[in-house]
Amino acid sequence: MQVNENAKEWKPLIVAFCCNWCSYAGADLAGTSRLSYPADVKIIRVPCSCRVNPMFILKAFEKGADGVIMCGCHPGDCHYSTGNYYARRRMTLLFSMLDYLGIDRKRTRVEWVSAAEGQKFSLVMNDFAKTITELGENVKLGDIRCKK
Amino acid sequence: MYTIEKSKLSDLFGAISASCELYLPVKKAGQNNFTKYEAGTEYCDELKTVKSPKDMFFPQSENIVSFEKTDGKIKVTPDTIPTEKTVVFGVRACDVASFDVLDRVFLSEPADSFYKARRENCTVVATACSEPEESCFCSVFGIDPSEPKADVATWFVGEKLYWKALTEKGEELTKAVASVLTEENADGTVEAEKAKIKEIVKNLPLASLSLDGWDGDATEAKFDAPEWEKLSASCLGCGACTFVCPTCQCYDIRDYDTGHGIQRYRCWDSCMYNDFTMMAHGTPRPSQLQRFRQRFMHKLVYFPANNDGMYSCVGCGRCVNKCPISMNIAKVIKAFGGDKS
Amino acid sequence: MQKVRGLVIKRAGELLSDGTVTRVLGYKCGDFFYDVTPAFFESADQLSDLEYGSFCGANLSKYLINACKDQKEGKILVLLKPCDTYSFNQLLTEHRIDRDKIYVIGVGCKGMLDIEKLKAMGFKGITKVLDNGDELDIKTIYGDKKCKRADALLEKCVCCKGKDFKAFDEVIDVEEPGEKGADRFEGVALLENMTSEERFAFWNNELSKCIRCNACRNVCPACSCMKCVFDNPVSGAAGKVNSNSFEEKMFHIIRAFHVAGRCTDCGECSRVCPQGIPLHLLNRKFIKDIDELYGDYQAGEEVGSRAPLVNFTFDDAEPSIVHERGNE
Repeated sequence: MQVNENAKEWKPLIVAFCCNWCSYAGADLAGTSRLSYPADVKIIRVPCSCRVNPMFILKAFEKGADGVIMCGCHPGDCHYSTGNYYARRRMTLLFSMLDYLGIDRKRTRVEWVSAAEGQKFSLVMNDFAKTITELGENVKLGDIRCKK
Repeated sequence: MYTIEKSKLSDLFGAISASCELYLPVKKAGQNNFTKYEAGTEYCDELKTVKSPKDMFFPQSENIVSFEKTDGKIKVTPDTIPTEKTVVFGVRACDVASFDVLDRVFLSEPADSFYKARRENCTVVATACSEPEESCFCSVFGIDPSEPKADVATWFVGEKLYWKALTEKGEELTKAVASVLTEENADGTVEAEKAKIKEIVKNLPLASLSLDGWDGDATEAKFDAPEWEKLSASCLGCGACTFVCPTCQCYDIRDYDTGHGIQRYRCWDSCMYNDFTMMAHGTPRPSQLQRFRQRFMHKLVYFPANNDGMYSCVGCGRCVNKCPISMNIAKVIKAFGGDKS
Repeated sequence: MQKVRGLVIKRAGELLSDGTVTRVLGYKCGDFFYDVTPAFFESADQLSDLEYGSFCGANLSKYLINACKDQKEGKILVLLKPCDTYSFNQLLTEHRIDRDKIYVIGVGCKGMLDIEKLKAMGFKGITKVLDNGDELDIKTIYGDKKCKRADALLEKCVCCKGKDFKAFDEVIDVEEPGEKGADRFEGVALLENMTSEERFAFWNNELSKCIRCNACRNVCPACSCMKCVFDNPVSGAAGKVNSNSFEEKMFHIIRAFHVAGRCTDCGECSRVCPQGIPLHLLNRKFIKDIDELYGDYQAGEEVGSRAPLVNFTFDDAEPSIVHERGNE
C-alpha cells in the first residue's frame, strides 16, 4: 500500500484482471525489471481473459473500484488459442452498454499485454491510473453500502 | 369541512411539507407512484399508483442491523428507529383498508418496532375515488371508496378539494395547514359525490364477486381442489402480484457483504418465488401450483383463520392490471364459483 | 381476428380429435377483453374458451420448455404468431425444447394492442375494445371513446418483424399483410445521441422504478437458466431487492448481457413490466451493436445459427472502439 501523505487525499482504486499466461507474467516482468506502476492497481489473476464474466467487472465497481482494466494475451497468442477473441467481443459489448447507461467510458479498458511486455504493462497501468485520477471518484456505479 | 381550490394544491402541499415529510402520488417516467414531495412536484390524480403505499410503513428494503469486525471483536449496530413525521396524501380507500391488514401482522405482539414507529409518525390523508375503474372490487370486501376511513378524508369535486378530519391526528394536521384551507359548509356537495361514487361502484363488472365458501375454515374444502392446476398452469412465478399488492407482507432477511462488514436488511419476499421460505431441507413448496395456491389460500383462508375473519385482500385490482399473464385473485374466486351475477 | 379464432378452434378441435395432438397451448379469455391468459386445452369442448384477439400479445414459446419436460403423452399444439416463431427457433437452437413433441400452428397477426397505452391516453374504466380495422371503439364505464388502432399497438408490434413464419407445421392466416414496422433502433439511436449525463439521468429515472419482481426475466424465452444467478444464494448477487441504484443497474445490465445475441427482440420484457420500464432499449442496444460490429444477425431466424457472442473473427473491432464513437 502506498502511504498517503495527506490522509484525506483521494486515491483511485483500480482493478486489473490479468490472464495467467501473458499479462500476469507481464506484470511480474515489470516487477522484476523494477518498473513502477501505481499501487492503486489491484491485480486479480484469471486463467484466461475469457474467464472474465461481465459480472466480475460490475462486481468490481460495486465494491468501490473507480476503474476496471482487463489484460490478456495479444489476439492470436491466447494460451487456449481463442479465449481472448471471445473476451474481446464480450468486453466491447459490455463497455458499450456501460457507456449507453451513462457511465464514463474511460473507466473501463482492455489492453493486450504479453509476458515479454513488462514495460508496456507499466506504461498502461500508469496511463490508466492517470486517466482515472483525472476522472475522480466513481459515483455513478457503486453500491453505497460498500463505501466506508 | 374545509376546502381548497384544486389550482392551489401546491400551497397545501407546501404547508404540509413545511413541518414534515409529505408523500403523494407522482408520475415519474410515465408511472404513478408514491413519491416524496419537493417544491414543484405535481400531484397525479390517476386512480391507482403502481406500487401501493405500504412502502410508507414497510419499505421494500430496509436496513435493520450492521456488523463490523474491529480488533478481533464484532461490533453490532442496530439501525435507528425512524422518527420523522410523515404525511401521505392521496391514499385510496382500499389502500387505507390495507393498513388494517398490515397492522394485524406487524402490530400484534411482539410489535415490529420499525413498522410501529413509521405508522405512528404518519398521518394518512385519504382521497375518495371519484372515478373507480373496471378492475376495482373493493366493495366485495366491504370497503366504501366514497368514504375512506383515514385520519383525513378528502374528495375532489369540480375545481375543489374537500377536506374533513376524522381523527385526532387528522385534526392536528388540519390545524397545521389551516392557513391555506377555507372553512365551508359543503356537506351537500360531498354527500352528492358520495352517492355518485356508490352508484358507480354498485355497477362495476367485478362487484358481483362472492366470497361465499372462503373463510378460515375452508382449508379442507379448497386445498386439494382440482381448480388450482388450471389456474396456476401458466403462472410465470414472478413477483409482480405480490409486489404491487397492498396487503402482501411476507419478507426475507438477508445479509449483504459490504467488504468491511455485514449489512443485514429486510426486504419484501414473494411466495411465488421458488426460494420462498427456503429451509435446510429445501423448499416446502417445490411446484408452482403449490406456490400459487399459497398466495390465494393465505389471502382468503389462512389470514381470516388467524385474524377474526379478516381477508387479506382489499380489492384494489392492482394484480388484475399488472399480472403479466392476467391471472389474478378475481379469476381465482370466479373459478371456485364465486360470482353472483 | 375473429375469423382466425374460428379457424383455429376448428382446426385444433380436429387435431385433438384425430389424436395428432393431446394438448393445445393457446390463449384463454378472461373477465375483460384484455386479460387474456396463456392456457392449455385438453379436449375439443374446452376450446370454446380459446381466445385469439387483439390482446394476445403474449409469446407462448417459453411454456414449451416445461411442457416438453413433463411426462404427458402426445404432442403439444402451440399457437405462434410470426414474431413468436423466432423465439421458438431460438429455443430449438439451444436444445431447450423438443421439436418432435410440438405441432406449430402459425397464426396470422395484424399487430397486438397494449392496454397500458390505452390507459396512458386517459381512457378510464375500459370494459371493452372493439377492433374496427383502423379504428378502435372503446367502451368505458364513463362513456364510449375512439382512438386509432396504430396508436395503441404494443411496442414490439410498432417495430413488427414482418409476417413471415420462421417455423410452422401449418399456418392459419387470413389477415391482410400489415405494413412493415418502424425502425426498431430509433429509440436506441436517440439515446446514443444524448450526452453521457443525459443518458445517465434517463436510465436512473427509468431503472429506479424497478421493483425487482422478475417479471421481465421470467417471461423471457431467452432466460431459461435452470437457476438464475440472481436467485443463487452463493452467487453473491442474490439480493432479492434493489437496495440502491447499483443493484437495479447490475440486474438489468447482466440480464440484457446474458441474452445478448440470443434475444430475438420479442419485446415481452417491456410488455410485462409493471412499471413500464423500456427494457427493450437495453436489448436493442446489444442487437444494434452486434449488427454494426459483427454483421447483421437476427436470433431465431434459423435453427442452429451460431450466436455472435459464441463466435468471433480474427479482425473483430477492439473494445477501444467504444471510446472512439458517439457523444461524450
